[in-house]
Amino acid sequence: MTAKKVRVLVAKPGLDGHDRGAKVVARGLRDAGFEVIYTGLHQTPEQVAEAALQEDVDVVGLSILSGAHMTLVPKIKDLLKSNGMGDVLLVVGGIIPEDDAEELVKSGSADQVFNPGEPLDNITEYISGKFYK
Amino acid sequence: MDKDKLERITGQYEQWQEEAGKAKERKTTFKTVSSRPIKALYTPLDTEELDYEKDLGFPGIYPYTRGVQTNMYRGRIWTMRQFSGFGDAYDSNMRYRYLLDQGQTGLSVAFDMPTIMGYDSDNERSLGEVGRCGVAIDSLEDMEILFDQIPVDQVTTSMTINGPASILWCMYLANAEKQGISLDQVGGTIQNDILKEYIAQKSWIFPPEPSMRLITDIFAFSADHVPRWNTISISGYHIREAGSTAAQELAFTLADGFAYVEAGINAGLDVDRFAPRLSFFFNAHIDFFEEICKYRAARRIWARRMKEKYGAKDERSLKMRFHTQTAGCSLTAQEPENNIVRTTIEALSAVMGGTQSLHTNSMDEVLALPTEKAVKIALRTQQIIAYESGAANTIDPLAGSYFVEQLTDQLEAEAEEYFRRIDDHGGVLKAIDQGFFQQEIADAAYEYQLAVDRDEQVVVGVNRYNTGEKAQIELLKIDPEVEMKQVGRLKQLREKRDNDAVNRSLKALKDTAKGPDNLIPKILDAVKVYATEGEIVVALKEVFGEYKEKPLF
Amino acid sequence: MQQLVAELLDGNRRAAARLISLVENDDPQKRELLKDIYPHTGKAYVIGITGAPGSGKSSLVDWLLKLIRKDGLTVGVIAVDPTSPFSGGAILGDRIRMQDHALDQDIFIRSMGTRGSLGGLSRATREAIQVLDAFGKDIILIETVGVGQSEVDIVKTADSTLVVLTPAGGDSVQTIKAGIMEIADIFAINKADLPGAERTTTEINLMLDMKNSEPWRPPVIQTVSVSNEGIEELWQALQKHREHMENSGRLLEIRRERVKRELTEQVEYLVKTKIWDEVKENLEFDDLVENIVHRRQDPYSTSADLLAQINFYDRGPGEGD
Repeated sequence: MTAKKVRVLVAKPGLDGHDRGAKVVARGLRDAGFEVIYTGLHQTPEQVAEAALQEDVDVVGLSILSGAHMTLVPKIKDLLKSNGMGDVLLVVGGIIPEDDAEELVKSGSADQVFNPGEPLDNITEYISGKFYK
Repeated sequence: MDKDKLERITGQYEQWQEEAGKAKERKTTFKTVSSRPIKALYTPLDTEELDYEKDLGFPGIYPYTRGVQTNMYRGRIWTMRQFSGFGDAYDSNMRYRYLLDQGQTGLSVAFDMPTIMGYDSDNERSLGEVGRCGVAIDSLEDMEILFDQIPVDQVTTSMTINGPASILWCMYLANAEKQGISLDQVGGTIQNDILKEYIAQKSWIFPPEPSMRLITDIFAFSADHVPRWNTISISGYHIREAGSTAAQELAFTLADGFAYVEAGINAGLDVDRFAPRLSFFFNAHIDFFEEICKYRAARRIWARRMKEKYGAKDERSLKMRFHTQTAGCSLTAQEPENNIVRTTIEALSAVMGGTQSLHTNSMDEVLALPTEKAVKIALRTQQIIAYESGAANTIDPLAGSYFVEQLTDQLEAEAEEYFRRIDDHGGVLKAIDQGFFQQEIADAAYEYQLAVDRDEQVVVGVNRYNTGEKAQIELLKIDPEVEMKQVGRLKQLREKRDNDAVNRSLKALKDTAKGPDNLIPKILDAVKVYATEGEIVVALKEVFGEYKEKPLF
Repeated sequence: MQQLVAELLDGNRRAAARLISLVENDDPQKRELLKDIYPHTGKAYVIGITGAPGSGKSSLVDWLLKLIRKDGLTVGVIAVDPTSPFSGGAILGDRIRMQDHALDQDIFIRSMGTRGSLGGLSRATREAIQVLDAFGKDIILIETVGVGQSEVDIVKTADSTLVVLTPAGGDSVQTIKAGIMEIADIFAINKADLPGAERTTTEINLMLDMKNSEPWRPPVIQTVSVSNEGIEELWQALQKHREHMENSGRLLEIRRERVKRELTEQVEYLVKTKIWDEVKENLEFDDLVENIVHRRQDPYSTSADLLAQINFYDRGPGEGD
């Protein structure tokens, strides 16, 4: 166990319980060799940021389908920053309108936004590309 | 079929098979969206065992395979019930009145996530979620605004609410009383199906046992005071959306239904006193024939078990009435206009399957809440099926199809097999505790995704014919002001109401929760003095505790 | 790097998290760090919790955390889940049950995958314990899935071990692995509301009565983690076992054993590293491998030659020419 494993926190912030996407992505990441830490549902931004910190993850993946992404994502990014984890890769999935996705990326809150229907390979390859060049 | 004829057909079938085997097929296996292999041809050999009288019968007659009403859509078209709600009660009230003006025949309320989870709009957990994916309702005051100028004795309302169903229902009833309408005139549905929350949708509040008690309290109160109300809508919709197969949706939903029946019986209620008010809610996914067979099998299983296992005698207890919604998970963010076509196919399957009411998704729902224009197209889709397509002219038009009858039987058999496995786990609640349903669904969801990723399952515009073009449609934006406005009004309410009365009502509620008495009258008392949903939930949590998620993947 | 240890001792959670990653990844700087950490360890009491998947360990840990915190103690949790042997990836889901405690600054939860080698995990766990110990946690809970030897090894790093079982249903407890029976200081029969709980409890008690050689007789406690039943009793039993361990001198004894093992391991590690460094520096290792593959040499004399050439090993009489 000498190789550095990439650790990914998969979190469901906010109140919606639609975890199909989060779980499918978690399994896809596991099967692509990542170490996935799953927080479970209904997490506050503070809980997500604290889990990211304690687990010393390289990537935070957020799944949001309730429409609260414009509030939750920037808040989580800020909390990560104040924990000294501003450089952690932050990816978002869920029902995110195009305009909002652009704004999240442009403002630096998220590194990438994936929409429903995104093939698993695209997601795992995106993350792999950031760590195994 | 006589023996000679059977032999002849068998011979001919084998001959045909040999011929057909010579031609190359496009794929090695042909499967439904649920990974069910489908044969190239179905013949009388597949339906040899079918007994028309015993297995199909006539519409409105046991076992109701062909439909629960004698004349089905020739009597009355299904209820076109578009699920909607967003922003605050004022915004949604306007949308409801628009839909009623457009010819919609029933209302269906979508609540926002804080309301669904039992949090008031000013709770810190509600931040960013108020009015986002439904309407924000905190108190009776909001309910009064939501139904302003809507006559609740003439319009039936369906409310998609589960964990806190009792509270929102009491608000609805209290509003009706304030409109001067007596409770026996009020009709509608609350979803109130907590089991599928643990299984699939994951919007739970209390642990299973107190949740089941709230449900049986609703059964009992409704039977005495609100006889036109459908006290539960046992839902497969969310099970399917969470990734299940058609057979799992069918089996798990019915298993939940039987669990509620048993809970009612165990609470001392006569089965025919509450079972007529049980209703169902299914998904209409994209695999046209499999869906139709699912509905037909569902009616037959329900009728048979209710009669044979639970001894129901009232034929209304045996008739499975259900609402259908087209599959949100079949919609794609890519080329969203294609979703209109998907929804049309799905809606048609629901109609062919004999649904009592229908929601058609709007093309943009995979991107945001629907715009007025998108909702209108979705509603028009139903109207075109109803009035132009001819689908409503005759009852259960696909009956007798070798394929459809065989698949109906097969789905029934698979459901029976699942019931056996659930029994092996010690029943639905124990199976939930052991993660049985959750794991089955998670596995099916992952398999489906892999099939899409491998191109075995084609999704047009996603893994085939993907032009990479960006969606060019307008989306509904929720004004962030909504949250501030709602929180502001809630603050005012807390100041102007009689807070002593609120505290007294909550205390009485907690005391009753500790004992065996029906909770509904106490909840009704609390909402009438404008206790908020969040306050009532907190009071009940103190007695009941909270449910925690099972770690399953 | 010294900075990181200073921050750890200062109570910085980010430093603790990063140090655990360094030891888990077997970082080259690890030994230096652990050296600096060591003087600050030895204060924490380590409790191992093991049981089959689905036995409700995480829920028990969740409730125990509440009781431990009520007693004013601080806690570290290391939750180990299996790594997929096919992909090398893992889904670590134990946090789900404990996320209510995520914002309690006196609880630190870390998930670990079993990853690759057998020895690696118990080493990584042991070193992570040292980090959390120096971090100032009073109690450290190690939660593992009790299915393999590596999990049993991890438990050996604990001062008290709790084995979680569920009512056996149709199966007799005879089917429970002997190894698991040996390591338990306390048994919890979780999900005791399920049928068969009484029978399982009785059977375990019978098996323990037959053994009856130790000064500590493991108690068997029925718990229902969904409804918080039996948890207080469980926590009391753990405290009682700790008292027993401390008063009987057994704690010192097992810790001495542990140090002995650790020291041996460290010596072996150093020897191994030193040899390999030299071997790789001075010899054409790959050429030797080729020769052996083609039967021009044999691995037995070659290995002895190899060590002789770096002046490590004197070939004794009768070996080689």
